[in-house]
Amino acid sequence: MSGLPATQMGAPAPEGGALIVAPKGGGQRQRMTRGQSIARVAILVVVLGYLILPLFAMLEFSTRGDFGSRSLDAFAAILGKQDLIDSLTTTLQIAVLTVVGMLLLLVPTMVWTIVRVPRMRRVIEFLCLLPLAIPAIVLVVGIAPIYRFMGQNFGKIGASPLTLALIDIVLVLPFAYRAIDASLRSIDTATLADAARSLGAGWVGTIVQVIMPNIRAGILSASVLAIALVLGEYTISSLLSFNTLQVVIVVLGKQDPFISVAVSFSALIFGFVLLVVIARVGAARRTNRQVEEPAV
Amino acid sequence: MTDTSASAPGQPTAQTAGLASGGAGSRRLRGARNYLALIPFHVYIALFLILPTAIVAVGAFTTATGQPTVDNVTRLFTDETFVDAFTKSIELAVSTAIAGAIIGGLLAWAVVRGDPNGPLRQLVIAASGVLAQFGGVMLAFAFLATFGFNGLATMFVRDALHVDVLTDASWLYSLTGLVVVYTYFQIPLMLIVFLPSLDGLRQEWYDASASLGGSSWSFWRHVGGPILAPAFLGALLLLFTNAFSAYATAAALISQGASIVTLQIAGSLQSEVVIGQENVGKALALGMIIVVSLVMALYALIQRRASRWVK
Repeated sequence: MSGLPATQMGAPAPEGGALIVAPKGGGQRQRMTRGQSIARVAILVVVLGYLILPLFAMLEFSTRGDFGSRSLDAFAAILGKQDLIDSLTTTLQIAVLTVVGMLLLLVPTMVWTIVRVPRMRRVIEFLCLLPLAIPAIVLVVGIAPIYRFMGQNFGKIGASPLTLALIDIVLVLPFAYRAIDASLRSIDTATLADAARSLGAGWVGTIVQVIMPNIRAGILSASVLAIALVLGEYTISSLLSFNTLQVVIVVLGKQDPFISVAVSFSALIFGFVLLVVIARVGAARRTNRQVEEPAV
Repeated sequence: MTDTSASAPGQPTAQTAGLASGGAGSRRLRGARNYLALIPFHVYIALFLILPTAIVAVGAFTTATGQPTVDNVTRLFTDETFVDAFTKSIELAVSTAIAGAIIGGLLAWAVVRGDPNGPLRQLVIAASGVLAQFGGVMLAFAFLATFGFNGLATMFVRDALHVDVLTDASWLYSLTGLVVVYTYFQIPLMLIVFLPSLDGLRQEWYDASASLGGSSWSFWRHVGGPILAPAFLGALLLLFTNAFSAYATAAALISQGASIVTLQIAGSLQSEVVIGQENVGKALALGMIIVVSLVMALYALIQRRASRWVK
């Protein structure tokens, strides 16, 4: 993808797409004819096989030892590469900053919009989805002068790779917006906020103690998407010359592809586990709701 | 811009809004104050999204010294390198979007026909999320491990099957390689985008068609197909944008011979040396914005139509 998720990240369907939305069909599916069953199995085997092949090849490639043996040397060597460890540390710090910044920017704005200025909802949505129309590579062209300015005028902080979080927040906006919006739609945000306010809660208390616990699933998905985006981000960091994980993987790949493949494989598995976890949490939450509120 | 059907679930807060903005002076003042709380968000978007876009747009029409010019933009149409880059990027995006949409659409159908809460569906969706959206550089390495000179598939075909088709792995580092790798990440993206629409096909529609004597084929021909057509077209456009804007995979695979637009832009950023060409990168970037915006506008139109039936 593009890399970036930027892109790269194309846009999943409205309201978070398959990542977030529960299947509506739910109940009985139409029965399949014999021909359809065969076609279904054939498609699953061929297409999933094609999708799995490169992943399996990564595992095979990165565990090659001498004379056809298997070894975990490439994985062990990861720990010995200081620049790799440094870049991973930096990238994780950027991920934390991105998640915090994204939540600070989005949650109060979205809640406030629903409760106080609903007519602005379309505007906020439009702005949040706008990055989908501006490829990361284009954004980097326009943002390079801004970063040059920050680097020259804001001293050490302005030149730190951690400032990448500022752009990563923009890149993750469309995905985070959809995830949080889907959650906000599933609860009666305005009534909850009014109730909290009438009981004497301030706005901070209302958002942190009343709204946020009710949109945990959306916040969790948005955060996971942000982490995954930062971990996979290459376009912006490489062109602004910051050594994030992906940048170092590419540089390293020219000298020792085995280590780069090992790191890439680990990162993909890590991303996969993250997404399985949110899918599980989302599913568990839906089931709970059904049990707790049968009348609704 | 994408989800035009968004506000459908009746917004209970609409009346409050009417009150806040409709009343007399003091109420109007409070209405204005309500907007103030949105300022931080707007300032942030202005600084990190609108300003960079404006820098690109203005830069495309100025020289390095700030004089207005249309030279940068005209070069997009006259300079063979750039015409070629846009042509290749669009060809790459169109071919991988079509391939990805068809293969991914079939996969989505196969997944939807299974248990909606089963492990297969959950695993496929999670894996698709990773592969479609966060792969980038890592997918380049996955294909290097598969079809590179010492890749698994290359060695298997050469040593076990004794066929030489894959032995010369240099195809992987050319435009052909990009088509293969891009298609690979278009398939899972198609699945993510298209699955909700397939989920929206109602059992009742199939039953109605069947009770009138319709076969499976006539259902798809007269009911399912027309209903899904807008969603499929919309997905196709998203896939196009996705491939058209992709940079990381191409950068990791192709080290020289920057042939597509995103690589050209990166090249112009990394070596702004040629006098008089400083802002050509910005013109290329503006060209990308225009292509993507046109496609997204078309997408929004189709989406509006699609949401009529499948929500």
